[in-house]
Amino acid sequence: MMDELLSGLLRSIADITDVPTVGAYNIRKDGEGISRRSTETVQIEPKTDKPGIDIRVMPFSKAEKVHIPVVITKSGVNDVVYNDFFIGEGADVEIVAGCGIHNSGCETSEHDGIHRFFIGKGAKVRYVEKHYGEGDGTGGRILNPTTIVELGENAVCEMEMVQIKGVDSTLRDTTARLEKGAKLTVFERLMTHGDQTAHSNVVIELNGTDSSAQIVSRSVAKDRSEQVFNPRAIGNTLCHAHIQCDSIIMDEAHIRSIPEIAANHCDAQIIHEAAIGRINNDQLTKLRTLGLTESEAEAVIIEGFLK
Amino acid sequence: MLELKHVSFQVDDGNRELGILDDVSFTLEDGRFFVITGPNGGGKSTLARIIMGIEKPTAGQILLNGRDVTGLDVTERARLGIGYAFQQPPRFKGLTVRRLLSLAHGSDLPEDECCAYLTNVGLCSRDYLNREVDASLSGGEVKRIEIATLMARELEVAIFDEPEAGIDLWSFAMLVQSFKNLSRGRHKSVILISHQERIMQLADEILVVADGKIRTRGSRDEVFPGLLGQFDEDCGFRGKEEAAQ
Repeated sequence: MMDELLSGLLRSIADITDVPTVGAYNIRKDGEGISRRSTETVQIEPKTDKPGIDIRVMPFSKAEKVHIPVVITKSGVNDVVYNDFFIGEGADVEIVAGCGIHNSGCETSEHDGIHRFFIGKGAKVRYVEKHYGEGDGTGGRILNPTTIVELGENAVCEMEMVQIKGVDSTLRDTTARLEKGAKLTVFERLMTHGDQTAHSNVVIELNGTDSSAQIVSRSVAKDRSEQVFNPRAIGNTLCHAHIQCDSIIMDEAHIRSIPEIAANHCDAQIIHEAAIGRINNDQLTKLRTLGLTESEAEAVIIEGFLK
Repeated sequence: MLELKHVSFQVDDGNRELGILDDVSFTLEDGRFFVITGPNGGGKSTLARIIMGIEKPTAGQILLNGRDVTGLDVTERARLGIGYAFQQPPRFKGLTVRRLLSLAHGSDLPEDECCAYLTNVGLCSRDYLNREVDASLSGGEVKRIEIATLMARELEVAIFDEPEAGIDLWSFAMLVQSFKNLSRGRHKSVILISHQERIMQLADEILVVADGKIRTRGSRDEVFPGLLGQFDEDCGFRGKEEAAQ
């Protein structure tokens, strides 16, 4: 059985409270792997040259959900981890990652996860990454994820990247390269509050004919927090890409959205849309006419927006 | 029972005061189905928004069941049983039809009840329950969902602001039937702002508002014949001057 703190963090980032009953998993706590299981279709091995794991999904397998959560419960931990995912040709897998930090001390706790995905021909990956921070200490909670995705021919990857709350500072770097017919969807949801800062850089290179990418970013910035988005889509061949950044700004927050689209081929079709604005007054009024208070209405609107 | 006593509403357009409503008084007894009609820009929607508390009157009093609610805000009035279906309802990213109906109802609505409300407004319910009330829905669909949110509540006074706008003729016939049932159903009294002859025929009473004043008030049989010459081919209200030409 796990202690309550660990269970709570796991619930917030991976929808589990204990070791998963089925499927491969690796739980990393305060800089060390504490529990791990491989299955017939998914092999998880620790790296020998640096901290981290290699996750191999067998070709043409339909694997159970894979959980690889990271939790930090101590103050002053600086954890850098390198995880590589090798997804075999034609495999189909869902991977639930994520990091939760509980910092009740005065020193900064930081986790930098460097994830690389090598997705084989025709393979399908659904990747969910949730980041969450808690604890009443004065020490900072910092998460800097780097994600690199190589999509093979006709591979499909859906990435849902969520920062729920409580992360003081984050710098997210996501890079993807798509081969012929590959399809990538990135759905990013972010909420910042207090004095938090969040920077998100996404670079998508569409290198293969008929590849396509969609990046949807939805964020809410409250209090004095600051967010910067820099999604870039580069079309090098016949391809489609759509970037959509939508932010709600509240209080004294600051948001910058700098989408960039580039075409290096006359059959590249790339679109971007970006919008920043406060909560629509008519939406608030409508919900208030149903009997909700202004703050209840705000919460419903934000919950829906970030769903 | 809803009472309006000498309600006025003025706005300052920067240079001068504009009167939108001027000394409007009326009483709406429980169990009555009230249609407010009149030319565009005459003050009908403002009157509805003042009853809901979205706009504050510059003079006058509003009483609900004898209680002065003039100083109460939108939320407080909603909790006392006033409901308002917007003429142009807002859309919500991520909010499903089912969630919106549940919020209106005040608790989680079982699927079959949600479906019944949607069917009443002419929507094939199972297709809509988990759809988001966002830009993917047409104007007519959003409008019908808006009407369903009021039908999901039990209200002292339900106000529908031009519910027919943007709704096709086939659905309109169904809506008229739903409003007919509504008049004997969940809400104690109903105010319907409309230009439509067929909706006016449902009314116990008709109130004609023009230039911020009540021009005529009376039972359907008293008021309706006098309005007939004022409708165009599409049953829209043309206003007295236009009709006289």
